[in-house]
Amino acid sequence: MAAHHTYEEQKALVFYGLKLLGAITIVEVLVALLAKGHLIHGVNFTHGFGHYIYMALMVGFSIYKAYFIIFNFMHMALEARGLVLTVLLPTTLLIWAIIAFFQEGSSWGARREQIKEKNEAPAKPASSGQPQGYYMIPGSPTGCLG
Amino acid sequence: MAETSVTHAHDTNEQEGEDAHLWEGGQSPFRASYGKVMMWYFLVSDAFTFAGFLIAYGALRFSMPTWPEPDFVFTSFPFVHAHWPLVFVTFMTFVLIFSSVTMVRAVQEGHRENQRGVVFWMLMTILGGATFLGSQAYEWTTLIVAENVTVTQNPFGRHVADGVYLNDDGTEAKKEDGAPKEFYKGQSYLMHMHDGHVSGVAYKDPESKGEKMSQHEGVKIKYTTGAYAGQTSEVSFGPAAFGALFFFITGFHGFHVFSGVLFLTIIMVNAASGLYAARRNGYEMIEKIGLYWHFVDLVWVFVFLVFYLL
Repeated sequence: MAAHHTYEEQKALVFYGLKLLGAITIVEVLVALLAKGHLIHGVNFTHGFGHYIYMALMVGFSIYKAYFIIFNFMHMALEARGLVLTVLLPTTLLIWAIIAFFQEGSSWGARREQIKEKNEAPAKPASSGQPQGYYMIPGSPTGCLG
Repeated sequence: MAETSVTHAHDTNEQEGEDAHLWEGGQSPFRASYGKVMMWYFLVSDAFTFAGFLIAYGALRFSMPTWPEPDFVFTSFPFVHAHWPLVFVTFMTFVLIFSSVTMVRAVQEGHRENQRGVVFWMLMTILGGATFLGSQAYEWTTLIVAENVTVTQNPFGRHVADGVYLNDDGTEAKKEDGAPKEFYKGQSYLMHMHDGHVSGVAYKDPESKGEKMSQHEGVKIKYTTGAYAGQTSEVSFGPAAFGALFFFITGFHGFHVFSGVLFLTIIMVNAASGLYAARRNGYEMIEKIGLYWHFVDLVWVFVFLVFYLL
């Protein structure tokens, strides 16, 4: 393992990783404090375009940290291609999970008033003469399909 | 990897074709031991579990009209009576980064078959994990004991419109300089609980200098803008899902750290006893627990992002 590097080079890589991850974390926190208005009075990025830039930056930094840990600390860079693909490819399924569930959450949030109204509306009693659970067709002799 | 190479002994069943060795314990196509490959796949499944939790957090957060601000919620620091947003959790992040680095050192010393080095760097890693767990215990204690957050109750709320705080008799509350105690849409507050009842709120007045919190005794408010303009109301709890998600997800991560510390301790004792030196495989066990330990750090990167930065 790690036959390409001498022991001294490996040690140097570890301390480079420590400095890099530490620096990214400090930058992340400073940018977060700036964006939330704690560093400069009156300056913040809590709304609109600036907020999107801020969020993209934070996600980007995190993904880079994850990449660095996986490829350098967990030595994914030295594993066989098949192993790398079977580990990394399934995680791309999460992209759709994020899109779908965040869309679902936003939609739920946008319809809170509607859901409240529907919940408070009195339930209509089912009329007893008609079969339940059938698709009603107006004008058909039985009034229902099937 | 100095993996035990299995000799390709197919002479006995030539007739089964050249693929036969695949079923008889031949060389792994991934050039890695069974244990390492399975550790990777366990981590993939664990990544999906954590991703499911964090996506649930995002979906619930997007479904709520308001959500607590992390830089208002996470401001305490041990032994310091001040409000330092995100400082303590940055310290916790550094503890995990340090323990990841010491873990890499342990793996490297293992490749050199240096038993003393392995044991020393694993001990450093264990101390890092224990420090993280202690920090998390402090964070949880602050939230539960001092701020009354539970899995079903969240006193961290945000105002849905501009307005002004009222005294118990319905008159407008005044600050010390005589100006009305106003609040604005989106402003965070922490409800004071007293014997299960809300007695008042703490909030950060944007006009006051420094990180000191302003206080208001009483729960009545009057909105001046929005759909409820002119109406009198009471300060309300924030979304309860915040407490449930926070304790469940950071708790699940903390449980990973806790189990990691246990396994690291067992493996350190084994290494010290010379068990892995006798195996002559470059301390592969250190590598496998190292994969798990880096994964715990990796998950924290995203817990940190979702709970504290965004």
